[in-house]
Amino acid sequence: MQITVTVNGVTYTHDVEPRLLLVHYLRDVLNLTGTHIGCDTSQCGACTVLMNGKAVKSCTIFAVQADGAEITTIEGLARDGQLHPVQEGFWEKHGLQCGYCTPGMIMTAVDFLQRNPNPTEEEIRHAIEGNLCRCTGYQNIVRAIQYAAEKMRSGS
Amino acid sequence: MAVTKMFGASVKRREDPRLLTGRGNFTDHIRLPGTLVMAIKRSPHAHARIVRIDTSKARAIPGVVAVYTGQDLVDKLAPVPCAWLIPDSDLKVPTYRAVTVDKVRYVGDAVAVVVAENRYAAQDAVEAIDVEYEPLPAVVDQEKALEAGAPQLYDEVPNNLAFHWKLHAGDFDAAWDAAEVRLSRRLVNHRLIPTAMEPRGALAAYNPGTGELTIWCTSQNPHVHRLLLSAVTGLPETRIRVIATDVGGGFGSKIPMYAGEMIAAAISKDLGRPIKWIETRQENYVATIHGRDHIQYVDIAAKRDGTITGVRVRAYANLGAYLSTAAPGVPTWLFGLMLQGPYAIPVVHCDVYGVLTNTTPTDAYRGAGRPEATYLLERMIDLLARELGMDPAEIRRKNFIPKDKFPYTTPTGLQYDSGDYEATLDRALELVDYRNLRQQQAELRQQGRYIGIGFSTYVEVCGLAPSQAAGAMGFQGGLWESATVRVHPTGKVTVFTGSNPHGQGEETTFAQLVADELGVPFEDVEIVHGDTEMVPFGMGTYGSRSTAVGGAALVHACRKVKEKAQRIAAHLLEVSPEDIVFENGRFFVKGAPDRAMTFQEVALQAYLAWKLPRDIEPGLEATHFFDPVNNTFPFGCHICVVEVDPETGKVNFLKYVAVDDVGNVINPMIVDGQVHGGIAQGLAQAVYEYAAYDETGQLLTASLMDYALPKASMLPSFTVDRTVTPTPVNPMGVKGAGETGTIASTPAVANAVIDALAPFGIDHIDMPLTPERIWRAIREHAR
Repeated sequence: MQITVTVNGVTYTHDVEPRLLLVHYLRDVLNLTGTHIGCDTSQCGACTVLMNGKAVKSCTIFAVQADGAEITTIEGLARDGQLHPVQEGFWEKHGLQCGYCTPGMIMTAVDFLQRNPNPTEEEIRHAIEGNLCRCTGYQNIVRAIQYAAEKMRSGS
Repeated sequence: MAVTKMFGASVKRREDPRLLTGRGNFTDHIRLPGTLVMAIKRSPHAHARIVRIDTSKARAIPGVVAVYTGQDLVDKLAPVPCAWLIPDSDLKVPTYRAVTVDKVRYVGDAVAVVVAENRYAAQDAVEAIDVEYEPLPAVVDQEKALEAGAPQLYDEVPNNLAFHWKLHAGDFDAAWDAAEVRLSRRLVNHRLIPTAMEPRGALAAYNPGTGELTIWCTSQNPHVHRLLLSAVTGLPETRIRVIATDVGGGFGSKIPMYAGEMIAAAISKDLGRPIKWIETRQENYVATIHGRDHIQYVDIAAKRDGTITGVRVRAYANLGAYLSTAAPGVPTWLFGLMLQGPYAIPVVHCDVYGVLTNTTPTDAYRGAGRPEATYLLERMIDLLARELGMDPAEIRRKNFIPKDKFPYTTPTGLQYDSGDYEATLDRALELVDYRNLRQQQAELRQQGRYIGIGFSTYVEVCGLAPSQAAGAMGFQGGLWESATVRVHPTGKVTVFTGSNPHGQGEETTFAQLVADELGVPFEDVEIVHGDTEMVPFGMGTYGSRSTAVGGAALVHACRKVKEKAQRIAAHLLEVSPEDIVFENGRFFVKGAPDRAMTFQEVALQAYLAWKLPRDIEPGLEATHFFDPVNNTFPFGCHICVVEVDPETGKVNFLKYVAVDDVGNVINPMIVDGQVHGGIAQGLAQAVYEYAAYDETGQLLTASLMDYALPKASMLPSFTVDRTVTPTPVNPMGVKGAGETGTIASTPAVANAVIDALAPFGIDHIDMPLTPERIWRAIREHAR
């Protein structure tokens, strides 16, 4: 099937197998390997991307379902060499160790902060439940998202 | 040039920009033209004879290039090696084929392999392979596996007993006879799944023209993997290059040599094409190692004043179906040597039975042996406190090795390097406001609310070394680490380290060390790791040894560089080397600070070599292989406060305080992060995680839907603090910091829950302390 998808501002048209997962389309066809795969049951969230502005797990969506959609992956988040405030927060607050869950975690946080610009710790912990991290114990991820929230509020 | 002291500064990590922007170099990101995708057909049975394998349907699928059975690979691959051959234990190492030929011995055992043009065809082909099995009775429990009439995994391992290891220090019988108090318990340290977020995998590329194999793989120790790959493929080490730059977590699970990586290498050699294999999470759960699974029978001898006079343990370690690379060493040496913990216990008597069962092989998982010892001691000392009516803090204080006794030789023969155990206890008591907390606990109990306070005072052995000890323990390798420090003509520095950090941040901490040692800007230092072609040799990252051993190698190499640079500077400044002072990146003449050269100027002169004396070689670099005289022994006190809901059995975390002493700290932010993550894993063992098998050997928790990996909402925030007692073992005075959290937290949490349940008369529940287990225990005790 032919699909047309805009990823990080660039429009692509490809023939794909109907069963091709979006995450495999991003990684194997577009070579955007920043979107990671950590499980096979949609639990870990490492593959989270933004589809039409909303966080989705790209292992749970077929590429054909993304036909006509706008996708943002971790590679498209920084603009003009400037890290997104969420990326900056993760760097400042040591919100990552091995870095494998990080792209998905960041994309989820970006979506979440659009909907809740001033979250409590409990709300943050609830919001990132669909993203698993084995390194950090989440404490510094929470702080990273708090940092980003504050920065985004003061910037807007 | 600004030069600051970097040691002790929370410098932001230089690893992060690439990881934050999706530009990491994880194994699955590497693309080579012509790559075939490999997939493994795995056994659904825990124990069965293979009658017939029909691969014809699989071969007919478009895109499938080849299918291999175990028989097809027998002459292409030697068996999977075991590299910790513990002595004096009658150890038996059964043959471990990468792809089995006769029998399957656990759910997940490899029976056939497919390579195809794409992952979808490969997966279809795996499904299309038809295997006829003759199922055999299976055994999953290590105690049952030893019983007469139990299913036998191997003809050559009678009673499934792989080894019986003993460590008898002192006369326990005498201590037992003389004891005023005797306590005996059976404790279970259950099975866990490491779950690094990046599954394991490999991209193996054999070049038939050059005879070279390059393999990108998820490795904590690339040189060790090169050595073992050489042994199993027959390729010389000089023809194998192992690359593991970014690795998405390990926790021990990426130390062993596994079937998957070996098979990819062998098939790439066979077909002359690159082979990529990335396991699925389900494969990770059945075919990457599990951890712990230790049943312990414990006897404690004590006096009525709380003094422990002896500990005796008979332990049954479940090794799974095959012996993984380091499996025999984990439940023996790494456990038994630490059975006195931070206490002045004079007698330690330990017998460990290593048992083969129809389960996934077990091996080192974060903490590896030390959590099993620490949980045992900390649970027992709480039971003793309750028996004697003593405060759990005070009974620990009473038994602590006093701070004026260091270095302290344990009955098991270790030498604890340095310690002040009471200081960590006192600080932790202060941070939780212990006295008020106990009062609050008593008041709340009156209202039917159940608060529990749990302690864990621990010491652990890490910075694993020295090589002589490794040899005595049967570890088939040295435990040193190497570093090469190469100064370029511009004065910029590249460091090649044998450590292979995969989340621990040594690209940053090592650069901090070099910046301080050589007085060069932090930004001028590059750290290279994870490539056997670039790094001379390395033992790798595990056992919290990277900074204590690898970092020390680096500091020694820097000092060799400095010494040579000083001789060059002296020659050029026309004084003797003793008259040169090196400070903040400048060499100057003692008493004449204006007669000076910068480090960068000396580096340039070393390479120009226009004016070097004949006895100084051009160039400026040094290599150091550091083999420390001892391990390091971090210690500390963790206190956990929980509330248990008696109606539901649910545990709520109210407070968690960790006071650790890991010696001097290079980057506090990074060490705090290590502690957080460690606590999370140990806490999760206490209340959430459990790798469950049914009696037929099916892993019931074979996916992230079933295995209770903690989510953010399941964990509290931790309050972490430190005391600082440097070690004399390395020039920086640092101890390992990667595993303390995991080792300490499990008993702190378990003790807190049990303390909360004291009014019900409950003094022990085996982990994990799930709502159901707690609820049942409350109901049983109410009867």
